[in-house]
Amino acid sequence: MEEKKKTLVVGVIGADVHAVGNQILSYAFREAGFNVINLGVMVSQEEYIEAAIESDADCIVVSSLYGHGELDCQGFRDKCDEAGLIGIPLYVGGNIVVGKQNFEEVKKRFEAMGFNRVFGPGTTPEEGIEALREDLLGET
Amino acid sequence: MHPVLLIDFGSTFTKVCAVDAEERRVLGNAQAFTTAATDIAIGLEMAMAHLQQATGLLDYSARLACSSAAGGLRMVACGLVPALTSKAARFAAFGAGAKIIKTFAYELTRDDAEEIRRITPDILLLVGGTDGGNSEVVTKNARVIAGIELDFPVVYAGNRAVKEDCVRILSDSPHPVHTAPNVMPVFGSIDVQPVQLVLREIFLKNIIRCKGLSKTEALLDGILMPTPAAVLTALSLLSNGTQSRKGIGELVAVDLGGATTDIYSIASGLPTQSGTFLHGLAEPYVKRTVEGDIGMRFSAHGVVEAAGMEELLRLSGLSEDKAKALLAKIAEDPSALPQDEDERALDFALAVLAIRLGIMRHAGTLQEIYTPLGPMYQQVGKDLSQIDRIILTGGALIYCDKYATIAREAVQVADPSVLIPSRFKLIRDQGYILSAMGLLAGYNQDAAFEILNQNFGKEEAYAACQ
Repeated sequence: MEEKKKTLVVGVIGADVHAVGNQILSYAFREAGFNVINLGVMVSQEEYIEAAIESDADCIVVSSLYGHGELDCQGFRDKCDEAGLIGIPLYVGGNIVVGKQNFEEVKKRFEAMGFNRVFGPGTTPEEGIEALREDLLGET
Repeated sequence: MHPVLLIDFGSTFTKVCAVDAEERRVLGNAQAFTTAATDIAIGLEMAMAHLQQATGLLDYSARLACSSAAGGLRMVACGLVPALTSKAARFAAFGAGAKIIKTFAYELTRDDAEEIRRITPDILLLVGGTDGGNSEVVTKNARVIAGIELDFPVVYAGNRAVKEDCVRILSDSPHPVHTAPNVMPVFGSIDVQPVQLVLREIFLKNIIRCKGLSKTEALLDGILMPTPAAVLTALSLLSNGTQSRKGIGELVAVDLGGATTDIYSIASGLPTQSGTFLHGLAEPYVKRTVEGDIGMRFSAHGVVEAAGMEELLRLSGLSEDKAKALLAKIAEDPSALPQDEDERALDFALAVLAIRLGIMRHAGTLQEIYTPLGPMYQQVGKDLSQIDRIILTGGALIYCDKYATIAREAVQVADPSVLIPSRFKLIRDQGYILSAMGLLAGYNQDAAFEILNQNFGKEEAYAACQ
């Protein structure tokens, strides 16, 4: 039997309705051989978590473009732990904070919130795919 | 002439309906009290005697029956996430005409197992995980269910990756095991029809016999389905039409009973306003919900609990003491019908609130969200706000001349986030024929549609909000 594809839950968090980038990411991830569950826009933390539970997902990939990502992502890791998704990789990317800030500091703040990978503005889908292959498939 | 007899063994009344399938018309109706406690055939014979007075002696070419007697089809559903597979299991069971006594989510505990034992369902529906998704919880739950030493059948319709494992676990228990394709094969899309067919098959083979209903078998060509499934079949046929005839289109139906309030919608329920995003599980086109805590008699207290005494007093115009006294009287004798003005006023208020609560729980909701791009709307569930036909059935509405006022009052909801119908034509199931036509549809679909169209195709009253 063919080895089971790794499953990703993707979507745009909070009250963000930027749909295009999320579609491009879904397409790129699927082309790269992942099983993608695309929750679309305006996704709540609970919806990512519920989708990840039912589908036994290997990673949750959170997109945010409208600047409120930092507020929207608070407590996400705690909720995953509470729901039994202990240690599930959490990715976040996009224009995730208000205004232009030093990305290294932004990255630290999101890592402190429990995100495993943090991607800034201008990240290509390839970079995300590379990280997924490394983290989920052990490829370097 | 091609006479067909259609029988509905209800929890209170056994209703019989004779139709001529050739001329496509109803020949007569009659009813008598259901005698499920002793021998159900006695009630049937009485109803038949009444019918014969109206129609004369007929040589029936088929006798078809549905039943909600002896508690109906009592089910328990076990899923994984409440808003996902547990909900999908509920859609499936409701659509099969079942009454869901309890829905469980996540891992079943020992207390849950004890509760299932106490409930002793007619069928347990076990689901969980998309295909290839979570498999641990549904497997664990199969073990817990296998440990319940009762012999109710279990239907497995979860993650197909562990179907064999779960069947093996359950085969080592007293429970007969049946399988159906996953109710949620891929995330977010539900597939309820295959499992409904399996549920119906079990209903036919097992439940009828267990409930002593098969004593009447000599009289019948079999009990084909639970009554709500027959009603749902009739409503779908009326809405969708046949291959050669167009149906009347999208509709909502209300069945107001003594113990429960059933709401049906045959509609896509897609957003009707611009700037609206559909969120959560896509709901079935043919959807039925049952409010087990809301009804005119056995569940009258549930109506007051859910809607509040204040609203009941406002609608009925009664004093609190009077209303409480009348509610106590109903609790004492649920079979009593209203005798005076006060009792009719209470029944009016109960009916309004039961329908309002039932429709509000059935329909979707709209939430306004302020985004940097301006206000947007998030819709969860079905948008029924533009549905312009409501069908009313159930004794409390069929035999009540204030039904139009009741329906109009029921949709007076100040909350615009509730997506319930507001302007609609009302059609009453005057001949009480919906379940009978659902049965006939399986025998002669064209005749069933023609009779439905004669009865429901014309608009009888118009009720508008405001």
